[in-house]
Amino acid sequence: MADLAHASVAELGRLLEAGQVSALELADLFLGRIEAQRDLNAFLDVRPEVTRAQARAADARRAAGERGALLGVPLAHKDIFVTKDWASTAASRMLEGYMSPFDAAVVENLAQAGMVCLGKLNCDEFAMGSSNENSAYGNVLNPWDKDAVPGGSSGGSSAAVAARIAPVATATDTGGSIREPAAFTGITGTKPTYGRPSRWGMIAFASSLDTAGLMTQTAEDCALVFNAMLGYDARDSTSVYRPREDYTRGLNAPLQGLRIGVPKEFFGAGLAPDVEKAVREALKDYEKLGARLVDISLPNAELGIPVYYVVAPAECSSNLSRFDGVRYGHRAKDYTDLIDMMKKSRAEGLGAEPKRRILIGAYVLSHGYYDAYYLKAQKVRRIIADEFQQAFKQCDVIAGPVTTSVAFGFGEKAADPLAMYLADLYTVPGSLAGIPSMSIPCGFGARGRPVGLQLMANYFEEAKMLGVAHQYQLATDWHRRVPGGA
Amino acid sequence: MAWEVVIGLETHAQLSTVSKIFSGASTAFGAAPNTQASAVDLALPGVLPVLNRGAVERAIRFGLAVGATIAPRSIFARKNYFYPDLPKGYQISQYELPVVQGGSLSFMVQPAQGGAYEKTVQLTRAHLEEDAGKSLHEDFEGQSGIDLNRAGTPLLEIVTEPDLRSAEEAVAYAKTLHSLVRWIGICDGNMQEGSFRCDANVSVRPMGSDKLGTRCEIKNLNSFRFMEQAINYEVRRQIALVEDGGKVVQETRLYDPDRDETRAMRSKEDAMDYRYFPDPDLLPLEISTDWIDEIRADVDSNGLPWKVASEYVSRYEMAPSVASELTGTREKSLFFEKACIRNTDTDFPIALMSDLVFVRRVANWVVGEVSRKLNEDGGEQWPFWISSQTLGRLVLREHEGIIATKTAKELFNEFWDADRATGSCRPPDEVDAVIEKRGLKQISDTGEIEKIVDQVLAANAAQIADYKAGKDKAFNSLVGQVMKATKGKANPAQVNALLKRKLG
Repeated sequence: MADLAHASVAELGRLLEAGQVSALELADLFLGRIEAQRDLNAFLDVRPEVTRAQARAADARRAAGERGALLGVPLAHKDIFVTKDWASTAASRMLEGYMSPFDAAVVENLAQAGMVCLGKLNCDEFAMGSSNENSAYGNVLNPWDKDAVPGGSSGGSSAAVAARIAPVATATDTGGSIREPAAFTGITGTKPTYGRPSRWGMIAFASSLDTAGLMTQTAEDCALVFNAMLGYDARDSTSVYRPREDYTRGLNAPLQGLRIGVPKEFFGAGLAPDVEKAVREALKDYEKLGARLVDISLPNAELGIPVYYVVAPAECSSNLSRFDGVRYGHRAKDYTDLIDMMKKSRAEGLGAEPKRRILIGAYVLSHGYYDAYYLKAQKVRRIIADEFQQAFKQCDVIAGPVTTSVAFGFGEKAADPLAMYLADLYTVPGSLAGIPSMSIPCGFGARGRPVGLQLMANYFEEAKMLGVAHQYQLATDWHRRVPGGA
Repeated sequence: MAWEVVIGLETHAQLSTVSKIFSGASTAFGAAPNTQASAVDLALPGVLPVLNRGAVERAIRFGLAVGATIAPRSIFARKNYFYPDLPKGYQISQYELPVVQGGSLSFMVQPAQGGAYEKTVQLTRAHLEEDAGKSLHEDFEGQSGIDLNRAGTPLLEIVTEPDLRSAEEAVAYAKTLHSLVRWIGICDGNMQEGSFRCDANVSVRPMGSDKLGTRCEIKNLNSFRFMEQAINYEVRRQIALVEDGGKVVQETRLYDPDRDETRAMRSKEDAMDYRYFPDPDLLPLEISTDWIDEIRADVDSNGLPWKVASEYVSRYEMAPSVASELTGTREKSLFFEKACIRNTDTDFPIALMSDLVFVRRVANWVVGEVSRKLNEDGGEQWPFWISSQTLGRLVLREHEGIIATKTAKELFNEFWDADRATGSCRPPDEVDAVIEKRGLKQISDTGEIEKIVDQVLAANAAQIADYKAGKDKAFNSLVGQVMKATKGKANPAQVNALLKRKLG
């Protein structure tokens, strides 16, 4: 059954349609693979009976005549999306065992399309981190090299798709939390335009940046699943009112004449040679496929990190205030009064990284510092977004590295938060601007660890960007490579 | 030294929307704890706020009524602080850019000494925000209860400039505002349930000084009487303090009506840093001029209480106090108008519309008997258990002298209580049917009354002598005896006239 396990969403859909496999068989196949690769620690909650019930329901829908490219295809959700049938913890002690009374919009949409949920995926606590070392429930291993981090915060999602224990996984990206782990694990990770996916049911980290997206094997799979996942949602005031669209419509657009902008700031001193080499190779491949490279500049992109580490902690310091032990979640056992109860519950329930960011956030929002930090950061954010608009006058998409290096080892950066924050150097500018961007595998670097190529497009041009990725994947097979043991 | 009192008021008016400001949960008062708290109100992981259009509509309505600027773009911010009954750990409010900016309110002030005068207060702003829940510390031994039914209820916080110069002015302003918010239908004004509550910022300064003194904020004044008492106490306290060489410390104080004093709650040093920032879950609130125009047309068509009141005064020569009470709510003023001015009942004499005495008689009934019954029932938001036409008919029969005032009042009370019990108001014709059936008509036949007057005079020689000796009481006693002999059905005016003539 290895072939079936390595099949893409598109292929699984066709097999289901042809009656060559049932949703229940697929569910059992992947539940078995999850069990067999438990050492990855990719999953936080697996409930086979619920998964099988969903699979049977999908088979029944198909038997009743329903058609659908995703009907019966398994997937797994990052534990940032709340689910009725699996615990929703955001990988925090604070929410250990928390059962949501409702499903996130993304979860709802994909269930509607008939996708079968395999369970909930590990991540950095409240999606804060770049290595998945901040999970309260332990590290996730990189399937390519178990000494390496799988990236973060969507490390469970990246590891699961890379190890082929889930054909597709949802993920969230606030400053690079989809693209960086996708790059580190050699898969396709896509963040759509901010406001395109609904945030309803996503446990908030930084509301003005949080974007739901996908970890897939291929750009084509991403387009297929986006078709069901993305749409306007009145429950999210930042959801953009636009009709649903077919994200597969640009897949076959030829690359002839396509202008790919290459920002010089993304190839500075901090970039590791192995990553640069693979990325430059990929850019050459694009030229061979008919695209034209255009030198562009994003002069203030380097300010992305300081801006991000003001805006995101500010929002997080407020978003995480609701976790006070009063209504749900962890409550301290011993306390003297109400306020003491809240303090102790938070002290015990929240991990070191959320606490660090809450402190930074509270500081930059405090009286007398607001203008110097938060307000200024928002102004620079606007400048960075404007620079992308200038750039897109000269090119159709932007390409560059996703990360400065290949996946690093456990503990390498954990002691130095600043070094860890710099892992997001190339992903944060796109997040601040809110544009769609993705990572596709483009080779291997030091110690055989994967390298990702970042593609960015203008607002709501996901279909174009996915097409640019798909054409590359038609010509290369990096996305078909699987780690040993998968 | 002479001291000048400086007061600014902040009023929280709970907006009368059916659902909360950012969730679909009901805003109804009095439900079992936590039965009206949705996932959004509980701040469960993953929930998001969606602004209630009705709350914005009400804020605009208020802004137009006070002549304020409606901001085409305003911002919701998060006010961050921890409290067990604040589920998100922040309150969504408007901070730097409120929806209503400026405006003013004019009203009459009647001080204890001196004549009435008109006062105009400038408004700083009015902004939308959500209410918190309630912590119940008393009901549980060693524990606290949290009720989140109120969490997320829409509030309009209306802030004045420090323009008020006495407790009387503050109360007159608050009463005018109270009547305005009910008139324009944005708030039920129920002070017991906390739908309308005021905080007063009070300071004193030497008369003639243009520098503001240090202020204290008195929180949660939920009745006009307490407001007056609390401000007066606070003014006395501050003057005594300063005259003793002390300094007023900026702080928040609570009024204790049992002891008639204010007590320090927290000082400025304890004041929290709320770390305001724009709420990233909500887009800027953008209001189109079309929408404003639509609401303006509606506000204009209903008039405004002070305009309607001054129309009553000039057109019907009504006492200003009666006119202002009649315009306390739109319901009351419409009821009054339908009962006399706009009564379209076919057998209602049109001529009466220009009978100012009749119009004023109806007005007195509405501010007197009708208001009394409403208050008995629980307040002005309760239903009228008499139709305007039925009241109009009843007052008409009294006005015509067909029934005595006392009879009219008895019938009114009887109708009100019975109709409240059955839940439907009787039609106006029943007034005449009951008068007929029970024989309640006054004796207006002069001959018949004269006969009785003669009998009474014949039997009371002593009283006649007293009256002639200048004792007015004796006259009243004679009137009373005539009334008694007619079982109260004689027209008192006729009795008076006859007695005077015969004794004259």
